[in-house]
Amino acid sequence: MAMAWVWTGMVVLSCVFGLTTGSMDAVGTAAIEGAAAAVELCLSMAGLLCLWSGVMEVMTRCGLADRLARLFHPLLRRIFPRACRDPETLSALSANVSANLLGLGNAATPLGIRAARRMARGAEGVATDELCRLVVLNTASIQLLPTTVAGLRSALGASAPFDILPAVWLSSLLSVTAGLTMAKLLSLIGRDRA
Amino acid sequence: MSHLTDVIVPLLLAAVAFYALSRKVDVYSALTAGAGEGLTILLRIFPALVALLSAIYMFRASGAMDALTDLLRPLLLQLGIPPETVSLLLIRPLSGSGALAAGSDLMQQYGPDSYLGRTAAVMLGASETTFYTIAVYFGAAGIHRTRYTIPAALTADFTAFFTASLLVRLFFGA
Repeated sequence: MAMAWVWTGMVVLSCVFGLTTGSMDAVGTAAIEGAAAAVELCLSMAGLLCLWSGVMEVMTRCGLADRLARLFHPLLRRIFPRACRDPETLSALSANVSANLLGLGNAATPLGIRAARRMARGAEGVATDELCRLVVLNTASIQLLPTTVAGLRSALGASAPFDILPAVWLSSLLSVTAGLTMAKLLSLIGRDRA
Repeated sequence: MSHLTDVIVPLLLAAVAFYALSRKVDVYSALTAGAGEGLTILLRIFPALVALLSAIYMFRASGAMDALTDLLRPLLLQLGIPPETVSLLLIRPLSGSGALAAGSDLMQQYGPDSYLGRTAAVMLGASETTFYTIAVYFGAAGIHRTRYTIPAALTADFTAFFTASLLVRLFFGA
């Protein structure tokens, strides 16, 4: 529902501004141009996006994704000490992280949800510290290959669509760290008050 | 730097294919099946992109975007975040395709290899659709009290925006 408000707000505000500044005809043209730009954009990023989805599928089928997942067991045991006592939760968690890394959003979400449901047992509708951390981890995406963004860049004529990789990696890493640190701080504050 | 990332793509293609073949995986059919899946991703974002790019183009043409940018300019300049990215910042936690639309608009306007274009791309790559993720995970797990999840997740988003502006300046120059 939030997007319904955002979209309506943008369109109505555009009309208000257009009427007051007398640029209403430009606003009308822009609406059509925007829709046409979306078609063009989708077509020109389709190639790269499909190619990489294919590569990711190969990685999953040959077990590279599983190997990647296992690399995260030690780290996940530190972040989720309680949940990781259950081997099935641990495997869902690590598969979730590796799917996120490979940019397989479609696969990552059900795995993360499976882990979240197992972790929520007995929580009676209140998010535990570990559940909060799981969501923070998933809202701060770390992707090895941000394919959609690279596809977008190549569609718009970037000379090297992947040249942003180091910046994306470092930026994601810092943002996850900041998110988890903030979660830790807030959980300590909450405990004092309780 | 760009030299290294140029060769990543072909090398990765070759390495993955070789490894998969050595594990007796039918590389070609896996590749085509995955490519087909890419198309379904595209089909899912396409309708949203049509709706949102129309709205963003209208918003920009009417002068409302400039007004919003000017409104938040002092704050964003203080933080070292380019004020032009304001549309992306505001829509990012709410909608993935909205952010894609806002980001592509920025890249198109300023060029994908410009400071602003690259910053928009890194912002997109390093952050997530926070509110959507929270709703999906906690909805499925039956959690009503989210406690500190939202502020912590928004901290992560904000850090992504801030570091994107900083790192692109460091790596590529402004």
